[in-house]
Amino acid sequence: MSMRTPLGKVRGLGSAKSGTEHFWQQRITALANVPLMFFLVVVVIATIGADYAQAKALLGSPFVAIGVLAAVVSGLVHMRLGMQVIIEDYIPNEAMKIGALYLNTFATVLIGIACVWAVAKLSFGA
Amino acid sequence: MVQLTLPKNSQLTEGKVWPKPAGATNLREYRVYRWNPDDGRNPRVDTYFVDMDDCGPMILDGLLYIKNKIDPTLTFRRSCREGICGSCAMNIDGANTLACTKGADEVKGPIAIYPLPHMPVIKDLVPDLTQFYAQHRSIEPWLQTTTAAPQKEWKQSREDREKLDGLYECILCACCSTSCPSYWWNGDRYLGPAVLLQAYRWLIDSRDEATGERLDNLEDPFRLYRCHTIMNCANVCPKGLNPAKAIAEIKKMMVARQV
Repeated sequence: MSMRTPLGKVRGLGSAKSGTEHFWQQRITALANVPLMFFLVVVVIATIGADYAQAKALLGSPFVAIGVLAAVVSGLVHMRLGMQVIIEDYIPNEAMKIGALYLNTFATVLIGIACVWAVAKLSFGA
Repeated sequence: MVQLTLPKNSQLTEGKVWPKPAGATNLREYRVYRWNPDDGRNPRVDTYFVDMDDCGPMILDGLLYIKNKIDPTLTFRRSCREGICGSCAMNIDGANTLACTKGADEVKGPIAIYPLPHMPVIKDLVPDLTQFYAQHRSIEPWLQTTTAAPQKEWKQSREDREKLDGLYECILCACCSTSCPSYWWNGDRYLGPAVLLQAYRWLIDSRDEATGERLDNLEDPFRLYRCHTIMNCANVCPKGLNPAKAIAEIKKMMVARQV
């Protein structure tokens, strides 16, 4: 049983003096995602039924490739920030929480690298 | 801390059905949460019948009827009986509100009454609000100035005074904070809607000189940013206030001093 005063407990380790950047980044990427996700869906629909050469021609063109990369980066940043909040909210066990936060970042980076590699291959590869 | 199931010794059981008052024709069924720390039993829901012809119109009147005429062991807080002290905040018909300003006629069927959710229970309908009060204390809810105090009062324009409307009316009943899922899961670190509304009341006060320090203290992923705009706070506030909007205004101030 803790004998700390209620105020001592509430003050805890003090303010982290951060959080606004996280909040702001999530809002900016949310805004950016509105046109970017729309664009991404249009591109995906345009590739339905296309063979590799046709898909490569579309996704490898500079305008489409840059748009898709923007959607990937903005989407992944937003995804990581959102997932981070969910993990912090719902995983009470400290070790599991830290582990999940690591996984969240690693998974995001991995997905990002894979996406960039795929688009690069379509743009510059054979 | 997220806890989706109740521990075994907290699980609700069906309690006693108390006899109906003799000769009464206009009865109302009250189903009330009971828990006594001294008897070692699980919490239970007791059923009472209130004679509405012998009782005032508000839920609090019904509880007082029960305590005075049926079961004197029923424990709850009450004081002003007119919605200004905040003592009788409890969960009525599934939503937190003040028993004294909620009419029995606003509830259809049996009137279910529980203590404020997700707070430690002291007895029956009395929650332990120690942490809630400590959180309020932590935002230093008083005027802070460095400038020497004036001969008379600190002056404030009418426009600046109007900014406190919708904030100063808060009676700290804790209905909003205990209705907030973010506060349920992370109440040890998240300050909750009531305390953040109070924080904004001092942030926006034109006479206060500690705005920056106040923002510094709130700039925290948990203290402030656990608010996910769920809006339960605004839905239940018995005074009709909007803590979610106050929190959004604090976030705006945080961004304003960075961009």
